[in-house]
Amino acid sequence: MSLAALPALLARDLRLAVRHGGESLMPLFFLFAVLILVPLGVGPGPNLLASIAPGMVWVAALLASLLALENLFRPDFEDGTLEQWWLGHLPVTGLVLIRLLSHWLITGLPVIIFAPLAAQMLYLPDQALGVLLLSLLIGTPILSLVGGLAAALTLGTNRGSVLLSILVFPLVVPVLIFATGAVSAAADGFSPRAHLGLLAALLVLALTLVPLAISAALRLNIE
Amino acid sequence: MIWKTIKVGFHRLGSPASFYRFSTLVSPWLWAGFALCTAIGIYYALYVVPPDYQQSDSFRILYVHVPSAWQAMAGYVVMSILAAIALIWRIRMTEIMAMMCAPIGAAFTAICLATGSIWGRPMWGTWWEWDARLTSMLVLLFIYLGIMGLYAAFDDRRKGARVACILILVGLVNIPIIHFSVEWWTTLHQGKTIRIFGESSMHYSMMPPLIWMTIAVKLMFGAALLDRSRNELLTQDRRKGWVQKKLKSQGVS
Repeated sequence: MSLAALPALLARDLRLAVRHGGESLMPLFFLFAVLILVPLGVGPGPNLLASIAPGMVWVAALLASLLALENLFRPDFEDGTLEQWWLGHLPVTGLVLIRLLSHWLITGLPVIIFAPLAAQMLYLPDQALGVLLLSLLIGTPILSLVGGLAAALTLGTNRGSVLLSILVFPLVVPVLIFATGAVSAAADGFSPRAHLGLLAALLVLALTLVPLAISAALRLNIE
Repeated sequence: MIWKTIKVGFHRLGSPASFYRFSTLVSPWLWAGFALCTAIGIYYALYVVPPDYQQSDSFRILYVHVPSAWQAMAGYVVMSILAAIALIWRIRMTEIMAMMCAPIGAAFTAICLATGSIWGRPMWGTWWEWDARLTSMLVLLFIYLGIMGLYAAFDDRRKGARVACILILVGLVNIPIIHFSVEWWTTLHQGKTIRIFGESSMHYSMMPPLIWMTIAVKLMFGAALLDRSRNELLTQDRRKGWVQKKLKSQGVS
């Protein structure tokens, strides 16, 4: 059994994203749109902004990750590529993981790269910046996994997008709590380790179980 | 011999016509039991149990709050078992029953949140607090609503039910979080005061109405589940032979 097709799938997904250009960067623009609206909405006082910065960056990252979910499986579902996943000899959970990895590289990684800029816009204390990046590094893959599950579940419906965000939101509440808990603790000078540890535990749990649920959901939808 | 009868009976319930007969027979008894237990429970709760030494009479809302909270969680567990059976053995009746658990469970969660809020206003001085128990219960409500929304979004009912069953099993992770939330985080909601094993920190004189109301709520869940499943079954099968025959025998055409 050759696993050479897995990197090929990753390369294809990334090539498609690059060729779509601006469309792939929409989540990032959206993230900054939210972050610009926040100081204008709640007032530009540095103390207030610094205290809500961890939560705001994370909420914006969460909303941005929702944007690209609609097209995670749908084009492949509509042109029949998805059925080939089951006809081929590759493990479907592996293909699912590759697809999620490309989703994370396109939506999660840019957020992490531009997070220092976002943190500066909201006056996040400097000592919390490292923890913010670490929490995004551990947390955004969970957003991709949970979002991928919601995308797979709503694949067979016509009005997916609203339902999708409703399904994602209760499942990512723990991620948001622990991630912002870690950053707030670091900003206040406490150790963020407990929160980061729990966040990493969530990542391990999601990484082991969610691909199975996604492939089961995809299978039901192409039946 | 008895085991075999039970097994055959269980398998027979998977057939829509048998389920229809069984549920029409059983659900009125469950409703009657619910009415009786509620009457006894409410009488005890309002007239027999002494007032609390700190909360005086306002603690009596506990007899609605706690049973519905338990049922909101127990209903989810029942729904998950039905969902697992539906996904593994593909029994259509359990798919329908799992889907019909969701609105009832959502209603109990909403009752729990509403009564908790009303109780919290005089006791904690706030309608709502972002406490671990309250937040995880709110998440449960949205998981229930998500399941209902996902099921409703599909044109093919069976496919919708099966996809929603996966969501049910994923959402199961929230149940232990709710249960242990008062132990893992020390926020506002009080810890466990009622234990099945070992001594409860609630006084025994306050227990009887709680037991009656808990039984009542369980019976009501069962009765509502059977009635809802029967109605859903009739709607889905309205063009099938057995429903037409049933309607004809009742003089409706």
